[in-house]
Amino acid sequence: MNISSEDIARVAHLARLALRPDEIETMTHEVGRILTYIDTLNELNTEGVIPTSHALAITNAFREDTVVPSLAREEALKNAPRRNEEAFVVPKIIG
Amino acid sequence: MELYDQTIHQLQELLRTRQVSAVELTENVLARIERVEPRINAFITPCRDLALGQAEAADRQLAKGEGGPLCGIPLSIKDVLCTQGVRTTCGSKILESFIPPYDATVIRRLNEQGAVMVGKVSMDEFAMGSTTETCAFGVPKNPWNPDYICGGSSGGSAASVAAGECLASLGSDTGGSVRQPASHCGVVGLKPTYGRVSRFGLLAFASSLDQVGTLTKDVRDAALLLGAIAGHDPRDSTSAKEPVPGFDALLAGNIKGLRLGIPKEYFGEGLEPEVRRAVEEGIDRLRKLGAETVAVSLPHTKYGIAAYYIIAPAEASSNLARYDGVKYGFRNLEADSLVEMYKTSRAQGFGPEVKRRIIIGTYALSSGYYDAYYKKASQVRTLIIRDYQEAFAQCDALVSPVTPSPAWPLGAKTDDPLSVYLSDALTVCTNLAGLPALSVPCGFSATGLPIGLQLQGPHFSEAALLNIAYTLEQDLGLCQQRPGLSS
Repeated sequence: MNISSEDIARVAHLARLALRPDEIETMTHEVGRILTYIDTLNELNTEGVIPTSHALAITNAFREDTVVPSLAREEALKNAPRRNEEAFVVPKIIG
Repeated sequence: MELYDQTIHQLQELLRTRQVSAVELTENVLARIERVEPRINAFITPCRDLALGQAEAADRQLAKGEGGPLCGIPLSIKDVLCTQGVRTTCGSKILESFIPPYDATVIRRLNEQGAVMVGKVSMDEFAMGSTTETCAFGVPKNPWNPDYICGGSSGGSAASVAAGECLASLGSDTGGSVRQPASHCGVVGLKPTYGRVSRFGLLAFASSLDQVGTLTKDVRDAALLLGAIAGHDPRDSTSAKEPVPGFDALLAGNIKGLRLGIPKEYFGEGLEPEVRRAVEEGIDRLRKLGAETVAVSLPHTKYGIAAYYIIAPAEASSNLARYDGVKYGFRNLEADSLVEMYKTSRAQGFGPEVKRRIIIGTYALSSGYYDAYYKKASQVRTLIIRDYQEAFAQCDALVSPVTPSPAWPLGAKTDDPLSVYLSDALTVCTNLAGLPALSVPCGFSATGLPIGLQLQGPHFSEAALLNIAYTLEQDLGLCQQRPGLSS
């Protein structure tokens, strides 16, 4: 599978990763090699095979809708890189 | 024999009868850490004071005849499990100063038993790797030869157990990350069935594959530690409501009449001769011990790596979206827009292997490629599961190597990610099928590096696998061997 540096740059944007030009170049080469290897899957005819997303036959896990204490706000905010008294603070979103 | 060299089951008795105190044992292990850690480098965050405090509390419990089977036992914990008040890095700069506000369920269960935590041990960043060389906080060494990798991603766990820096450790296994380092370090590594152990508080890598596992000096310890952490957890909706047997009581030491499948695909091209020899000798022993062997085929094994390296990165790219610099973890405080903050925080916080997998996963899930990659890999996953179902119709468990080669020198494959991925060829299919599996030492290479034998079984067959491994271990007597680290 050939993958271009433009593809890598586009995917990096989707993944919200700022990659340097040299990282994009290395990644283009390495990811290309890995995807070529992954293309061996195309040797298999999988027509009509149901995809598996979960190896155990567990379906919905229901429980009683009982209110239990959750993490206190102060605890939840403790690891925040930037915060105020009650919320996480981020750069301005609306100009 | 020094206390740190003993096993959990040996020390349990000494602790219960108060011949040894938990403080004495913990001090012995801490002194061992101080002596060998400069050469092993297994710990990211040692917890000396916490451990001594826990040991004192354990002694108070033991004096009253209270405490669980692990009361007073010093353990190390892979830095992928949340520990309240003790930083949890996942081997990544992006979580360098993250202090979880809660305990993982497995940690809570250990604490309830009165276990002692001597520290958080190193791992490949976000458990992505097979050598622990992608850890942002230093690379642990193989205790059998410090110029060699200890394996990964639970490398710190395996190295710390082998070096006597703890009695046992918890790790996690997404594609072999407990079994492979256990094999390379000569300890017992158990990956339970998907759903057997709660993953609440386990930092997610690939949620349909991840499972908490144990690394121990012998099989009985694996049975004890699994018993302590297994069972349904309402906080993990993927955990199974399956009864938890007394695993150690089920170690009968008798495998007469069991049918063991030998999957021919696991003995194919790429398997190093000395690994083949050690595993085949192990199989011979199992036959002499009364098991029958039957040749089986898992024809889709060779597609396991390709399917895994789509599914795992796809899930990882989604799971790791949470590291955006907002709620916890590293943030680039210079960024002046939100998107810039996301992009640069992630770029500066994640290492190259994690970035590579995020890119592969995002690509595989992106519009226009989803069917070609993610759907295709998920269909191949179904074929791999069917292979196992057919094999288990003919046998009780599968016996094979864990890894195609013994440990390799540090740095030898750093520039070749694909060759590292391929080294997981014999372990990833287990996770794709959600099966239990373990690695038990079965021999050594000519240069003295350990070699493990892998057992895989049907869902929830841990007790049977542990009994087979126990029977082999008792016969081989290898679990008494320790690396020649001069003390």
